[in-house]
Amino acid sequence: MAYDKFTVLRSAAVPLPIENVDTDQIIPARFLKATERVGFGDNLFRDWRYNADNTPKADFVLNNPTYSGKILVGGKNFGSGSSREHAAWAIYDYGFRCVISSFFADIFKNNCLNIGVLPVQVSPEFAEKIFTAIHANPKTEIEVNLPEQTVTLVSTGEKESFDISPYKKENLMNGFDDIDYLLNIKSDIEEFASQLPL
Amino acid sequence: MSKTLFDKVWDKHVVRKIEGGPDVLFIDRHLIHEVTSPVAFLGLKSRNIGVLYPNRTFATADHNTPTINQHLPVADPLSANQLQALETNSKQYGISHWGLGHQKNGIVHVVGPEYGITQPGATIVCGDSHTSTHGAFGAIAFGIGTSEVEMVLATQCIMQPKPKKMRINVNGKLGKGVTPKDVALFIISQLTTSGATGYFVEYAGDVFENMTMEGRMTVCNLSIEMGARGGMIAPDETTINYVKGREFSPKGEAWDKALAYYKTLKTDADAVFDKEYTFDGASIEPMITYGTNPGMGMGISHEIPDAAHVEGGAATYEKSLGYMGFHEGESMIGKKVDFVFVGSCTNGRIEDFRAFTSLVKGKHKADDVTVWLVPGSHIVESQIKEEGLLDILTEAGFVLRQPGCSACLAMNDDKVPAGKYAVSTSNRNFEGRQGPGARTMLASPLVAAAAAVTGKVTDPRTLIEELV
Ligand code: SF4
Repeated sequence: MAYDKFTVLRSAAVPLPIENVDTDQIIPARFLKATERVGFGDNLFRDWRYNADNTPKADFVLNNPTYSGKILVGGKNFGSGSSREHAAWAIYDYGFRCVISSFFADIFKNNCLNIGVLPVQVSPEFAEKIFTAIHANPKTEIEVNLPEQTVTLVSTGEKESFDISPYKKENLMNGFDDIDYLLNIKSDIEEFASQLPL
Repeated sequence: MSKTLFDKVWDKHVVRKIEGGPDVLFIDRHLIHEVTSPVAFLGLKSRNIGVLYPNRTFATADHNTPTINQHLPVADPLSANQLQALETNSKQYGISHWGLGHQKNGIVHVVGPEYGITQPGATIVCGDSHTSTHGAFGAIAFGIGTSEVEMVLATQCIMQPKPKKMRINVNGKLGKGVTPKDVALFIISQLTTSGATGYFVEYAGDVFENMTMEGRMTVCNLSIEMGARGGMIAPDETTINYVKGREFSPKGEAWDKALAYYKTLKTDADAVFDKEYTFDGASIEPMITYGTNPGMGMGISHEIPDAAHVEGGAATYEKSLGYMGFHEGESMIGKKVDFVFVGSCTNGRIEDFRAFTSLVKGKHKADDVTVWLVPGSHIVESQIKEEGLLDILTEAGFVLRQPGCSACLAMNDDKVPAGKYAVSTSNRNFEGRQGPGARTMLASPLVAAAAAVTGKVTDPRTLIEELV
């Protein structure tokens, strides 16, 4: 599915300093019944965001108008649990284009990269700095520069670089996906398959 | 160069390596279900492409299905719609489809091995993180997202960077009442839920060598809960005896060829792992979780540890214990249990029901506990009946439901109400996993049985002398 190209993103950020945020929190299983990829943003963090009677929980960060932006900053081990790509869809659909954390769960990270959300892994110290800066000033801007692979706290100029495979970087910057690549080497795949033991 | 089991299987499936990027990995077997596949099929349609090898993909309905009255139309329109989409898509693209009511229907990770779809040395993926289960056969098996489901349908390949390798050795004799589930929960409690992120795990040592295939599946199933993409165990006689003769297993000459391949599937003596852990099997006791991730587990006779001994900061610890309504230093034994769930791809196979039955035999279900016994497949369901377990269970006041994922993720009606406590043999105790507000304690079928007859968290070792 096509997504917007990613180059440089400058935005305020929403802080969620909780560790081990799992995909069941990002999008609870009961919202996985759709057969199309629409409307998942409404149910992002559903049970943390709404009471059982669907009234918003005032103390949850997404309900706090002080915070906004296209970047979500999460605690360590963000996205653990299930392989549901719906978690990444919900994040994208809500309006986030980038998640920053000091550590990501594998499948979640892959899913994000496949659908145009950039997962940026920073050091625990830098993650702390970001949380502190947002705490001090909720409008603090963060610049995520994919071509240069850097993340910068705009107010202080503090900066860290992050890793991404050159292949995935190219994909995100151009809005390509893996299937385009694989379809181009289909004859290689077919030849390979004919020689496999199973 | 010396290779690990993982290297051997991976390298055999690399179609090409991309400079500075992932490997293009060929997938032998692809399992799909109703929840993570519809959008992948939509993708195929919008690109106007087909399924490259329909006979390498198998579809079963499990996540969203009711566990009673499966002969009736599914009442929830959204669920019914997903089930219908799976059927229509499978038909359109020529994929085997084992829908609700089909004799081969069951949880995707239970039916795969039962029908011999799961093979040693294969690469297996499914849009479900517990695909790691199939690693029990010495396969590389892992969960994927929906974009990747689309990739596999279209090209039978996915693009993956090769993970690092970890070996976990457990040796020694397991104590009374200690099951494969306890071994896995113990390992996760030691490594934490992110301890194996970025790694693929090989389990080695006599504890795993002595396990049945079903026990190995339980262990590999839970690999994802410590962050690993998957876990695997080298195939041996036990594996080959299990695989031989199943419906989709190779036959005749193809079997001889496959067998020659299976025999190559072990880690070379001097192969090196990026990380290695060794544990003493004798030190493991029946486990139970007290928090809201599978790493928050402890020996059932212990006390809830303090924040310093748990992954995550004090805030995460407090949030978790607050949700559960538990406190540091408390014993879990004697805590009230409202629901018991036996099932899922972790513990929904026949040996799990044998273990449960062995403990409840001659006792009675506690009055104020709701117990859901959900077999992993129709095969398991018939075994329960044929082996006479159902009679014993009925006598003890239990009811058997029909196969499906059920309360493992509570997408159907099997939901634990808010605030209630469940002892569950499934794999995740996340907040709300078994229903909004539900409080889950993960444990083995024996601990579940002990809770089912006492209505409390109970050490199963205190209930019977001779455990299976
Ligand atoms: S039983 Fe649970 S973990 Fe297993 S396939 Fe079903 S939902 Fe996934």
